[in-house]
Amino acid sequence: MKKLFLIIAIGFGVITNAQQTPAPAQTEQIAIFGATAHIGNGEVIENCTIIFNDGKIAAIGSDLMAPTIGTMINAQGKHVYPGFIAPSKSLGLVEVDAVRASNDQDEIGEMIPNVRSIIAYNAESKVVESMRPNGVLLGQITPRGGRISGTSTIVQFDAWNWEDAAVKLDDGIHLNWPSLFRKGSSWLGEPNAFLPNKNYQEQVDEVQTFIQNAKAYGGGNAQETHLPFAAMKGIFDGSQRLYIHANGEKEIMDAITIAKKIGVTHIVLVGGYRAHKVADFLKEHNVSVLVSQPHALPQFDDDDYDFPYKLPKLLVDAGLLVGLQNESMSNFQTRNLPFYAGQVAGQGLDKEKALQLLTGNTAKILGIDAHYGTLEVGKSATLFISEGDALDMRTNQLIKAFIDGRDISLETHQTELWKRYMGKYENQGK
Amino acid sequence: MKLVALAFFLGGAFLMAQDYFPKNDGVKTKNNNYTAFTNAKIYVTPTQIIQNGTLLIQDGKVVQVGKSVSIPKNAIVEDLQGNYIYPSFIDAFSDYGVAKPKKADGGGRSAQYDPSREGFYWNDHIMPENNAISGFSYDSKKAEELRKAGFGVVNSHIQDGIARGTGVLVALNDKASESQRILSDKSAQYFSFDKSITSRQSYPTSIMGATALMRQLYYDLDWYNKGNVETTDRSLEALEGNKGLSQIFAAGGNGNILRADKIGDLFGIQYTILAGGDEYERVADVKATNARLIVPLNFPDAYDVSNPYEAQYVALKDMRHWNLAPSNPKVLEDNGIQFSFTLHELKSPSDLSSKLMKAITYGLSKTKALEALTTVPASILGKSSDIGSLQPGSQANFLIASGDIFEKETTLYENWVQGVKNVIQSKDQKDIRGEYTVSINGQNYTASITGEANKPKVELKKGTEKVDAKLEYSTDWLNLSFSENGTESYRFAGKVSSDSQNIGGKIVLPNGTETTVTLTQSGPFKETSKSSSTQKPQLMAVTYPNVSYGYKTKPQQENILFKNATVWTGNAILENTDVLIKNGKIDKVGKDLRAGGAKTVDATGKHLTSGIIDEHTHIAALSINEAGHNSSAEVRMKDAIDPKDLDIYRNLAGGVTTVQLLHGSANPIGGRSAILRLKWGENADGLVFPDSPKFIKFALGENVKQSNWNSYSRFPQTRMGVEQVYTDYFQRAKEYDAKKKSGQPVRYDEEMEVLSEILNSERFISCHSYVQSEINMMMKVAEKFGFRMNTFTHILEGYKLADKMAEHGVGGSTFSDWWAYKFEVNDAIPYNAAIMASQGVTVAINSDDAEMSRRLNQEAGKTVKYGGMSEIEAWKTVTLNPAKLLHLDDRVGSIEEGKDADLVLWNAHPLSIYAKAEKTLIEGTVYFDIEKDQAIRESVQQERNQLINMMLNEKENGGKTQTPVQNKKERFECETL
Repeated sequence: MKKLFLIIAIGFGVITNAQQTPAPAQTEQIAIFGATAHIGNGEVIENCTIIFNDGKIAAIGSDLMAPTIGTMINAQGKHVYPGFIAPSKSLGLVEVDAVRASNDQDEIGEMIPNVRSIIAYNAESKVVESMRPNGVLLGQITPRGGRISGTSTIVQFDAWNWEDAAVKLDDGIHLNWPSLFRKGSSWLGEPNAFLPNKNYQEQVDEVQTFIQNAKAYGGGNAQETHLPFAAMKGIFDGSQRLYIHANGEKEIMDAITIAKKIGVTHIVLVGGYRAHKVADFLKEHNVSVLVSQPHALPQFDDDDYDFPYKLPKLLVDAGLLVGLQNESMSNFQTRNLPFYAGQVAGQGLDKEKALQLLTGNTAKILGIDAHYGTLEVGKSATLFISEGDALDMRTNQLIKAFIDGRDISLETHQTELWKRYMGKYENQGK
Repeated sequence: MKLVALAFFLGGAFLMAQDYFPKNDGVKTKNNNYTAFTNAKIYVTPTQIIQNGTLLIQDGKVVQVGKSVSIPKNAIVEDLQGNYIYPSFIDAFSDYGVAKPKKADGGGRSAQYDPSREGFYWNDHIMPENNAISGFSYDSKKAEELRKAGFGVVNSHIQDGIARGTGVLVALNDKASESQRILSDKSAQYFSFDKSITSRQSYPTSIMGATALMRQLYYDLDWYNKGNVETTDRSLEALEGNKGLSQIFAAGGNGNILRADKIGDLFGIQYTILAGGDEYERVADVKATNARLIVPLNFPDAYDVSNPYEAQYVALKDMRHWNLAPSNPKVLEDNGIQFSFTLHELKSPSDLSSKLMKAITYGLSKTKALEALTTVPASILGKSSDIGSLQPGSQANFLIASGDIFEKETTLYENWVQGVKNVIQSKDQKDIRGEYTVSINGQNYTASITGEANKPKVELKKGTEKVDAKLEYSTDWLNLSFSENGTESYRFAGKVSSDSQNIGGKIVLPNGTETTVTLTQSGPFKETSKSSSTQKPQLMAVTYPNVSYGYKTKPQQENILFKNATVWTGNAILENTDVLIKNGKIDKVGKDLRAGGAKTVDATGKHLTSGIIDEHTHIAALSINEAGHNSSAEVRMKDAIDPKDLDIYRNLAGGVTTVQLLHGSANPIGGRSAILRLKWGENADGLVFPDSPKFIKFALGENVKQSNWNSYSRFPQTRMGVEQVYTDYFQRAKEYDAKKKSGQPVRYDEEMEVLSEILNSERFISCHSYVQSEINMMMKVAEKFGFRMNTFTHILEGYKLADKMAEHGVGGSTFSDWWAYKFEVNDAIPYNAAIMASQGVTVAINSDDAEMSRRLNQEAGKTVKYGGMSEIEAWKTVTLNPAKLLHLDDRVGSIEEGKDADLVLWNAHPLSIYAKAEKTLIEGTVYFDIEKDQAIRESVQQERNQLINMMLNEKENGGKTQTPVQNKKERFECETL
């Protein structure tokens, strides 16, 4: 408690009501020493020293000589993690859910791969900034709605503008696969229940035809430009991933079979409520899964009460490459990403493996693992220091965070209000 | 021929019944002849049965019935040797002949708050002045369908609205005039929980609103009857006028029988109640109402589970209901509950017989089945001396059948109504089904006649080659036609003779020549039984509640010694400590306690805490908002409890033991709360925390202003208006209370009663709130009216005026970290709890969300992260502090000797993300046990499998199926309308 008040006291001088100013580029070497380093690939290095220069990790290990230049950060008893990555979110596309004017996440149209999330990404969003104090430093900004929602971009969360923010521009196309069941329409006098979707096959055919057309279009010789087809080019040449959002067994198998057959190179399954039932199929087709967050209720009455808690573990145990996302939740919830991993660890998954669900695995799935996701030499110094176990609420207390070596602010609109009102009461003598 | 003439004759007589009517088309005639039915097995009543008896009727009434009835000379005698006579059936819950109410026109964006009518009750859905007779028109086509199903009399009413007015009791007699067949034009008074479709008046929007409206209606009637109202209210006049009639409440299933009965209990009315078909689930509760029931035979068809991907959408509870629903009548019978049957909810009257037989296969006695169709409905309608039996003086409404009416092979021949014969199937027509041979033009044909006796079909073969043939059979004439080689038509017409097995007739050959041929019977008819639907399948066990994860037997209280746990008391965390619970209470907390007969649980390495209390939940509810008015203090969440909600079990699995089920936030003054203990397996009443303090939900801000959807007509639209709503209501309540206390008569107004309780500090407010201006306002309003706000719930800007809250003495029950979902939560911060606590406010963390409520321990853990609360203080935000806010801290909320044994055993530090609840106890009863849960999971899968196989069999054997559906429970939060 005491220590916190001290922080508050220091904080007073800098209170403003605007968003945090992005940190300048790293100019001198920074070394963190004495930390327990969670690498993000399953490994832990105790009493670890991490040295980074020009935004990149220059050295990491427990046997490094103490550097003589630059900033030294004593992290004894503390923990270092790679920055957590939030896939499939509309962060920065909507500020206040209920305020339509602040919502830019869902464009009209059913098949609009040409619509690009990065265009509307608000690098100064107060919601985005609130991710950082919990260690969530990167995200895949994803449009919503329709059958093909559009194209996502992966960003880092400390930027002046959207160009500045992008770390992998237009990384993937997002396809919401049709569902086998649909909600009964009271308008049509149907019961308030989920009924078989009679149009499922027709909807599947539409998707298939669209992707086939996009492929054919990419073959060349089109007389006129077709923006949506043109926007799909990357999923056939390996430069973009196709994110298929699906949950049922049949839907998952249909989607992957069709996409593979047409020639999509990288497929990622998003959602995957029943993915454990088709784990072998997914492995066989080399499909990784961005599974929904465990903080959810079972979707079926008869499911185990803890089914969503343990589903990520079931998929990991089945040998799949798995990451966590919470696309169905309000954006502000994404700061709870670390605790989702903690929840899975509570189901018996090794903590370092649970951590991979937010770091190394996610980076691989998103195709940014050359630079992000793990604490390895040559990779971006996007990492943070926490007082304790970052997967548990009580100990997820960030002291420092770096994005590409830049020493970013951990203040937010919320910490400022906290300090302002605590200050008010302090001044009142309470 | 004779029979047709008779019917005509009798019909004529009926039309002349009113002998003071002038007659100009002939001479006045009256037929006083008798008809005697002899040698039949006669069910005078379901229990009074005469073998070889005689039924004597005259003038549409039973004159005599018995073994030795002397038959007058002027009687037509029908020998019914081998046949059965039953009283015709009665349906007390019909909409026969009543015009379908018309749906009110679409309506624009805004809800309609005022009634559409003048001179009637203030709520359009109360229409006791409606009489089915006024819109009644006899429908002879429908009457025929009903008679075919065995019905002679139905009681019809307008099935629309909450108070629906009276029914019309009508005999299904085509040949009579209305003067004869209308047995009563005000036969019973009907009620329901469903609004009228004819009005768009908004109130009530919920089950608890409908319940409250019914209560207020009776209060208003009393006030009106005492002469306190100067104007005329035709609804109340009618309600009073219908008092002497049978009162029938169309409640339906899912606990609604109990809801309806409770309304009746309050006003000394015993309703007859329309059931839902699921009474077998909690039959003891149903019996305790003492209500007679009208029971639908709405047994669901099996789900078509042949596609495994679709099958997984069908919930166990729905499959189990398919399995158990046909046993519902038997269960009612076994429990001595009086019930009648109705066609209500059957697709067609013709479904009745198969449903009845199914119920009988499942153990319903034939006597009860017959009673449920005759004497009981007659008694419900107060017409036992006229209908429902064949006692002398009764209407001559009876069935003639070839045998036992509840057997499949029995044919219903005739349904006599008011002494008028209606032939369903000629009893004189011979059954010609069988195998035949015939030789035509030197060619040998075989014909097998199968199908129904009265509607046979034919399969014709020339040698072994199949020939397309058509068969018609009526009034002893058989016509058979077929063609060969596309164009060569043969036509046979034969007369069936009662003397011969063979059928002789003439055949017209393709070339036009006629010859005589004979169909010679070569073998008898062999019925191929294919349906196994009459076989009684294995019945699944009913669980408490009757959904997956329900318990087969209700868990029992135990005395338990928890050894060597880390124990979280109200103010300390004690290592290596024992806790002994006895008779539902915490008996001792200490070291090295002796079990003394208690079961010992080794809690080494585990944490023992008191149960989590959620100050703000909407689980276990059928409805959340009564949004029809800007104040709904009259409604009670107690009226909307859903004890079958699986979220109860899931909450237990997260260590939650007590919750406040709050009304939603649709209006500034919401409804009364229900504080529940999550005793999974209890009924709605059993979940209510006994003697818990009285609470009500208030709400401020965007929801009550209706800011986030298109509604512009309801006051208030601004925070300024919200204050005025409170000032207005409290001022009125103050005046109401003062008037009442002065001894002057007041119109009993449930809403004002509740608000008076607040003014008198007998009821506490939990107020949904966000921004500081409105919070400040609410405290000022309370202070002005001399009471204290108890809790601000959500209270996301509480940190901005925590000092004022502390001074006022109000607690805060907040989210740990929610924000940004709407404009008014822009300044919501996760440090809120810590800041409020620092200023001396009693702070709780609540859920308002079924997902979050089952891991409130984690949410409490966030207060350590945000604002640095100590662990024991953090833990209190979900235990002792909400207990304090609910004024239950003397009974629950911490581990202290003497408090209720509401405990959770955790496998790890309870504030950590890694903790799992292993046991959750309420008053010493284990309601969740992680090991038991494993066993239940397996039994759920096993039972699913078993039922899926049964359904596959049902389909294979030709049973009807329905498409799989997932009946998903709607989840509520504050804003759910």
